[in-house]
Amino acid sequence: MRDAAVRMRLAGMIRKETLQILRDPSSIAIAFVMPLVLLLLFGYGVSLDARHIPLAIVVEQPDASSAGLVGAFQRSNYFAPQTFSNIQTAQQAFDQREVFGIVWLRNDFSERLLSTGEAPIGVIVNGVDANRARITAGYIQGLWQVWLESYAHSQGGELAQPVTLEPRIWFNAAVRSRDFLVPGLIAVIMTLIGAMLTSMVVAREWERGTMEALMVTPIRIGELMIGKLAPYFILGMGGMLLSVAMALWLFDVPLRGSFWALTAASALFMMVALGMGLLISVVARNQFVAGQVSILVTFLPAFILSGFIFQISSMPEPIQMVTHIIPARYFVAILQTLFLAGNIWPIVLGNSAALAVMMVIFLGVAWRKTHKRLDA
Amino acid sequence: MNSLRRIVALAIKELLAILRDRKSRIVLIGPPLAQLIVFGYAASFDLNHIPVAVYNEDRSVPSRELVARLTGSPHFDLVAQLDHDAQIAPLIDNKDVLMVLHVGPRFSADLKRGKTARVQLIIDGRNSNTALLALGYLRTILTDFNIDWSREHGRRGPPATLQIRPWYNENLLSRWFIVPGIVGLLMLVVTTIVTGLSVAREREAGTFDQLLVTPLRPVEILLGKSIPGILIGLFEGSFILLMVIYWFEVPLRGNLGALYLGVFLFLLSAVGIGLMISSLAVTQQQGILGAFLFLVPAVILSGFATPIANMPETVQYLTLINPMRYFMVILRGVFLEGDSYALLFDQYWPMAIIAVVTLSLAGWLFRHRMN
Repeated sequence: MRDAAVRMRLAGMIRKETLQILRDPSSIAIAFVMPLVLLLLFGYGVSLDARHIPLAIVVEQPDASSAGLVGAFQRSNYFAPQTFSNIQTAQQAFDQREVFGIVWLRNDFSERLLSTGEAPIGVIVNGVDANRARITAGYIQGLWQVWLESYAHSQGGELAQPVTLEPRIWFNAAVRSRDFLVPGLIAVIMTLIGAMLTSMVVAREWERGTMEALMVTPIRIGELMIGKLAPYFILGMGGMLLSVAMALWLFDVPLRGSFWALTAASALFMMVALGMGLLISVVARNQFVAGQVSILVTFLPAFILSGFIFQISSMPEPIQMVTHIIPARYFVAILQTLFLAGNIWPIVLGNSAALAVMMVIFLGVAWRKTHKRLDA
Repeated sequence: MNSLRRIVALAIKELLAILRDRKSRIVLIGPPLAQLIVFGYAASFDLNHIPVAVYNEDRSVPSRELVARLTGSPHFDLVAQLDHDAQIAPLIDNKDVLMVLHVGPRFSADLKRGKTARVQLIIDGRNSNTALLALGYLRTILTDFNIDWSREHGRRGPPATLQIRPWYNENLLSRWFIVPGIVGLLMLVVTTIVTGLSVAREREAGTFDQLLVTPLRPVEILLGKSIPGILIGLFEGSFILLMVIYWFEVPLRGNLGALYLGVFLFLLSAVGIGLMISSLAVTQQQGILGAFLFLVPAVILSGFATPIANMPETVQYLTLINPMRYFMVILRGVFLEGDSYALLFDQYWPMAIIAVVTLSLAGWLFRHRMN
């Protein structure tokens, strides 16, 4: 008898929320169009792989050995070199931001190369974007190494270096930044969507006064929350599946772990994101504040503090503590591992446990904060 | 004259409507400041205290010296010494270490015979950028080791050496790059939200109809609604700039006037976009959604975190309509490169065009929607 009443109230609530979603297409747009557009934009827009870096090469005295080095730069995919005959014009191009760096072979380059064997190659890079500067310097170092070997060969010898390094990059041998950015982006986008979908719903009811209408019904707070969350959960999971499909077939990111583990972790994360949105809207009670808060606490923290692009272990200690309250952090770790490394259970389960704790906290606090009273 | 008075009155009313509510006030001031501090420290590509493990099968003096150079670097923390192969995979899989340096048993023998000794480096490539940076740090350590070894043992070094010097940011601190960018990021978010919801809020509250029966003309309503956005953006932007200079100690090398011309044009274009969203949105939810749909791509495609030059050509063209793209160049140009008006001209005019286009479109939409 009581069960039947609960079921009826729940079904009614879910039906009301579903109808509301269907009438205002903006929710459906959030759940499906947003992941599509965002993943397309991000997947193509966010890349840390530099290609065709514009570079000025100053050759003060062109000859065979400098031509060999210039040729190495021209053949490389990483650089788009322009040659200059003096440093002044190269520097002008550098100041105008036409080139990102300068490689400077002074007029005694070949002479010192043959005699003392310590010919300096001056390299200037624009350090404003420190990461790009470091990556560019790394490419130049790699190119220099290759050129040294071929130069030694051309002199009829071997490059006798005391120690050489053999790097093995696991999980992403081609070092494609897209392979780690796209799974991370899914976490960022899903945080946005989950929180966006729910953050306004309760605030809207308060503002429109329809909350009072709901209060006079016999519905319980738990039922009210389930009724509000269920339709959005289904919408959100649809968006999630769409994102995974795009990652696999559009961006060619390998999925080395289990699809079911991925689905389970996504469902858990979706509940956390929805719970976060619900909590915001319960506390804010006003759509302006709820919207503003959900933008501030979801997108930017998920973008910057989740480890999706910036390495968490390099952050200062207090900031690392802050990242523990960002749900996307745990989901990014799960996604990057499941996509690239496979079923590494300590990581998947450990982070899932953290997500489960966050879900209980968000939903629990939202439940406690929702009072069926007007003065509260 | 009357028109001016009406606009000012509306602007004051708008400001009061936003600032009177305690929660709105807190939301406008608190989170951006907290985010500036947290993100300013968090958003960095520099690697510090990266956990590493060493598997040294050759327990000789030269191999210990090489390992000591690795562990002595502030970039790396030695967390484990391994003694067999099977220990490598679990450490990397579980992210206990980012990389393992493997020195084979014949290392010192090869080194002493003058044969090239090989060392292996296994890196977790799940974050490929971190992997590349860590590899770069290790290459530098190894190059130094090679030069010193050659010198001490009377061997010839490489015939040519690289002398790499970064300009404008000599120590390659990525904070100097990211923190000025955060100024633009937070200004854009705050301004778009304030203006993006201004009309929808009145529509939902029903006060918009009251506004329409006042003697205010549509253009005046639009101006009155854009002034608070600019004022709030200007105030917050200035405060954040002070924090960047005095708290984060990013050097301000260029012309402050050139920076503020950029700030002003940027705010105008952000307000124009916010008002366009505002005139299209019927409900606040749609307003928030519109603001979001603009903000997220605008941030991603601005060069804030990842370079525009790395994007595919078509996406690069798309960034041309993003005002934040130009403002990022101005911020970093003035702060680090010491730019003034002339070098930034190519950044000013596109923002001015975006501002004019979005503001007039907003005006047109506004009138159109009212009839």
